[in-house]
Amino acid sequence: MAQNVLSISQLNEYIRGKMDADPLLAQIAVRGEISNYKLYPSGHHYFTLKDESSALKCVLFKGNAMRLRFHPENGMKIIAVGKVSVYPRDGAYQLYCTALTMDGVGDLYAAFEQLKKKLAAQGLFDPAHKKPIPKYPGTIGIVTSSAGAAVHDMLRILRKRYPLSKVRLLPVRVQGAEAPGEIAAAIGYANHYHLADLLIVGRGGGSIEDLWAFNDEQVAYAIYRSEIPIISAVGHEPDITISDYVADLRAATPSNAAELAVPDQDALRQNLDAMSNTMVSSLSRQVKAAQQHLQVLASSQALQSPTGYLEQRHQSVELLKNRLASAQDRNITKAKQRYIAGVSKLEAMSPLKVLTRGYSMAQTKRGEVVRSISQVALGERIRIQLSDGSLSATVMKKEEGK
Amino acid sequence: MNQENLTFEASMARLEQIVRAMERGDVALEESLKLFQEGTELVRNCQTLLDNAQLQIKKIMTAPDGSPVEEEFQDEP
Repeated sequence: MAQNVLSISQLNEYIRGKMDADPLLAQIAVRGEISNYKLYPSGHHYFTLKDESSALKCVLFKGNAMRLRFHPENGMKIIAVGKVSVYPRDGAYQLYCTALTMDGVGDLYAAFEQLKKKLAAQGLFDPAHKKPIPKYPGTIGIVTSSAGAAVHDMLRILRKRYPLSKVRLLPVRVQGAEAPGEIAAAIGYANHYHLADLLIVGRGGGSIEDLWAFNDEQVAYAIYRSEIPIISAVGHEPDITISDYVADLRAATPSNAAELAVPDQDALRQNLDAMSNTMVSSLSRQVKAAQQHLQVLASSQALQSPTGYLEQRHQSVELLKNRLASAQDRNITKAKQRYIAGVSKLEAMSPLKVLTRGYSMAQTKRGEVVRSISQVALGERIRIQLSDGSLSATVMKKEEGK
Repeated sequence: MNQENLTFEASMARLEQIVRAMERGDVALEESLKLFQEGTELVRNCQTLLDNAQLQIKKIMTAPDGSPVEEEFQDEP
């Protein structure tokens, strides 16, 4: 026998190589029931999948386990997706799981991933397309079942937080074959008739099948096309649907959607008080500054003692008046003196006064003062005026020269 | 301006504008007094709106011609 003898490690590695080269084993889905389930402190999950007659060892590492949408338990029927490979230490093959879904939803899960990928590629989840949620929505449209607890939870919270809003309920079926069409139609209808400033689209918690309408393509497009901003509110916190990805805002639950949709009136009242206080303090600061400015002005003498100021003014007016009066007096005296001097000068020049000193004045019959011998003819009568009377005389002779 | 007719949203927007202007302090005192008066009335208006508010709830039904019709919706028995 010229056969090669291998070590166990070599053999196991050889088998592992064979298995890893098999494309079917590299990505496989297996249906079975969980048993011997163990969660290790490392975060890795170990269990056995079995059916009526066979068993398969499985491991789910921590990284993949973080994406689990449920807690695995013994007896649970699941579909495990992953690759089959050898664990060389034990010489055993096992399924290295990448995802677990509860059985019966496996097809849904695959469909979900497929649709999500397609819509993402079409830009339906693009953050740039998301519309802002109005701060104070006047009318809120709620697209949900009018029967479920979700609508009452939402109304209770809206009433408590922001009773100023008006709510328009657009009742739809939220599960079953008719649900996607009704939800999409209600969103389109609300847009067509401008029924709201904000839409909340959703339903309360349920199984993944119950929530399935919100993973529908029609619903996704209706949300995307809506001109009214949309908050999606489907199920509970860990349930994420296609609607959540497309909506402008995702709420964890319907109650949370109501909280995100409106401001809280308690906070608004506080805000109003704060704004009131700010206005009061701003105004009083400004008034104080104005008062200080006024004080600076008031400290000037004119305003500090207005009567004193007036008195001062009054005094100077008096002073001026006195000066005016005395100036007038002086002028009058001077004028008087000038008048008296003028009068005595006049008196001195009066011809009558000259006559008293022994002079006389000769006048013609026409009353002209005789200044020259040529003024009179021989034999002409003239009048000689003296200081105490006059004489009539006849010119007897004229002699030239002095 | 009749502030009674202002919506809550419009009142809040105007109020925020007034508070910002007053905080900046670059308006004349006389103008500040006017703003203060307007702002105080707006605060009162908002408070009154909140005090008197009662959530209206209507169910939308479709008329035969397809147009929406509002119906009362009994939320709480």
